[in-house]
Amino acid sequence: MKDKTGLVVALVLFACLIVVPPLLPTFYTGLVTLILIFAIFAMSLDILQGYTGLASLGHAAFLGTAAYVVAILNVKVFKGPHFTVELIAGILSAAFVAAIFGLFVLRSRQTYFLMILLASSMMLWGIAFKWRSLTGGDDGLPGIARPNLSAIHLNLANTTHFYYFVLLFFLIAIILMYLVVRSSFGHTLMGIRESETRMQALGYNIWLQKYLAFIVSSVFAGLAGVLLVYYNGFVSPSELHLVLSAEALIMVILGGSGTLFGPAIGAAIITLIKNFVSGYTEHWMIILGAIYIATVVLAPQGVYRLIKQLMRK
Amino acid sequence: MEALVVENVSMDFGGLRALNALSFSVSVGERLAIIGPNGAGKTTLFQILSGMLTPTTGRIFAFGKEITKLPPHQRAALGLGRTFQITNLFFNLTVLDNLLLGLEATGHTRFNPVRPVSTYGRLLKQAEEILRQWGMWERRDVPVRSLSYGEQRQLEIVLTLSQKRSILLLDEPTCGLSPEEAKSFTAMISGFSRDFTVLLIDHDMDVTFEIAEKVMVLHYGQLLVHGLPGEVKSNPRVQEIYMGAEE
Amino acid sequence: MSLLEVRDIHTYYGDSHVLQGLSLTAEKGKLIAILGRNGAGKSTLLRSIIGFTPPREGTIRFDGKEITGLSPYRIVKAGIGIVPQGRRVFSSLTIREHLDIAAREGGDGPRWSPDDIFSLFPRLQERARARAKTLSGGEQQMLAIGRALVGNPALLMMDEPTEGLAPIMVREVQRIVKEIKARKLSMVLVEQDSAFALRLADYVYIMSRGTIVYESEPAKLREDAEIRSRYLGV
Repeated sequence: MKDKTGLVVALVLFACLIVVPPLLPTFYTGLVTLILIFAIFAMSLDILQGYTGLASLGHAAFLGTAAYVVAILNVKVFKGPHFTVELIAGILSAAFVAAIFGLFVLRSRQTYFLMILLASSMMLWGIAFKWRSLTGGDDGLPGIARPNLSAIHLNLANTTHFYYFVLLFFLIAIILMYLVVRSSFGHTLMGIRESETRMQALGYNIWLQKYLAFIVSSVFAGLAGVLLVYYNGFVSPSELHLVLSAEALIMVILGGSGTLFGPAIGAAIITLIKNFVSGYTEHWMIILGAIYIATVVLAPQGVYRLIKQLMRK
Repeated sequence: MEALVVENVSMDFGGLRALNALSFSVSVGERLAIIGPNGAGKTTLFQILSGMLTPTTGRIFAFGKEITKLPPHQRAALGLGRTFQITNLFFNLTVLDNLLLGLEATGHTRFNPVRPVSTYGRLLKQAEEILRQWGMWERRDVPVRSLSYGEQRQLEIVLTLSQKRSILLLDEPTCGLSPEEAKSFTAMISGFSRDFTVLLIDHDMDVTFEIAEKVMVLHYGQLLVHGLPGEVKSNPRVQEIYMGAEE
Repeated sequence: MSLLEVRDIHTYYGDSHVLQGLSLTAEKGKLIAILGRNGAGKSTLLRSIIGFTPPREGTIRFDGKEITGLSPYRIVKAGIGIVPQGRRVFSSLTIREHLDIAAREGGDGPRWSPDDIFSLFPRLQERARARAKTLSGGEQQMLAIGRALVGNPALLMMDEPTEGLAPIMVREVQRIVKEIKARKLSMVLVEQDSAFALRLADYVYIMSRGTIVYESEPAKLREDAEIRSRYLGV
């Protein structure tokens, strides 16, 4: 019975997502596209933070690296879009960064893990900032063309077509991430979050499991990076910055750490607030901060769990 | 071949010598009870045997293989299982999930990132059998943090035993159990086959002397006595430091 | 009027209905023992009285005043002390510091100053400057008892004080409980060791599944093997 409700809700939401472009003005279609991209990013962080228990303020490293790799290939190497190569290279580069960072970051305990990861991530930001010839420095790289899908009659310059393009990847990503957290692998990640010593005593190589979680998480963050750079047509060091990592963290906590779908809701809330409220007032950051504080005080378990609680009554 | 050999093991914590030049061996299938006052080094010994701590000096062998520097999960693979004196369970997960994690550890499913746990029929059946055996099947969906202390202590034992490791380090397993439950536990351990070697730390003297074939007494990190239960029980020094005078 | 009156309380742990209409009383100067199997709700009962998990329904009155739903510190100020299960000492504080911060002016009844605690527990005096985390289990238990006593409660509740202790320590703690009783401090004792509880108690309650299923004077229970084996398994 319980599972059926979840399925029904999912189908309803999916139906809503499909009818966004015909029902809403282009501005909103673009906004929902952005929400879908950040939802992927936030959910990927949840795998690391909510499920494995590794709080991270360096998640932008994966998104930003993928974004830059796509940008550089698109603008400097191919001088035009080359989708398959860009997609694969983007995701692999994010995984590569995770594979390298994971080697030294995962050896440390809680707080040190957080600090070292943050520092490593900002190091990448520093490189992007300084290496003007490659990355354009703080001016960034403009003029990134969206993939040419005219072969299947899609013109990604069209907001609606691009929306469905992103929606497809969103669905693939969310289904895959859902499978991961419900799998035996996902189960062991939760065990690690609850008690590393018990997992060790049971015979699990927790270092290896954490390393794999790190890489799996980075793959989806990388995907978000690829989609984001196509969306913006532009990349700059802020895609690697601590601020973006912190926003992802807030999305996860606001939505509900360890629920997977919660962070997607969190992404929607934060993105909507950023884009709407900033239209009415330049003090939107204060509103954002106030909402975050309200959540932590009134519903620290996150919006998703709150909704489930209310539905039970 | 001995199940366990401990050779000249010492453990220093800063200025404190928790274990001092401990040497003993345990035969395959033996039931060894380790007793001694609180703070004598018993749990520290278990931490060293299971790999959570590296001894300052000395070596340890399991089934003839040196394991002194081996990480905990590899010792588990060699056959070492343990329970924890301070309950160490997955508190936010359900009783069933806790047990499944124990059962999943011995296969390769833990690396499968796509197949849902709910589809592993054989694992689920195994888990159900074990939980029914212990009368915990009705509580399978309860998160561990909502269980009573005694139920948690029970699950602590069940989780370890479900893995069927051949050397069992049981650290105060009956602490928190009712007298009835302690009796069932004792009967169960006594009924284990000789494939299992048992090291037991417990303050319940009935349980200890019911199970033990050999008893080892630790006092301030030193080995005081190591012998047959009768000898140890009647040893005046042991009575003085541990058992207290009969009322 | 009884010192402590618990009337028909229902306590929940999340959605779990742990205490299901429980009533009991404790009289001044007496020791009541609460026995029962694991999961019966004995610890939850003490936690409900002290305010950690207040009951959703029912009332608790102490010394004539209603204390249901008050914050724990108010309940302690009213004169109830607790020695919780598992000792729960403050690992970075020394023994002396524990006793100093827990010391309170009490009301009527026997009084204990930190020095009184040291004479009751000479071992604690030897190690007065040691941090609690360096103490052995038995020493921590003595400290937990001392910490509760030094608050000069009118009613002392103890949750399984001998659990996990070496036999010699078990005897020590039992001796101390006897001593405290001799000084006429009212007590509620939760115990697995029913033999010890029956020796000391003035009145016994047995819990099962969140309610009281049996109550009597200890002598009567000692004679009733059927009740003992049904609810306690001994």
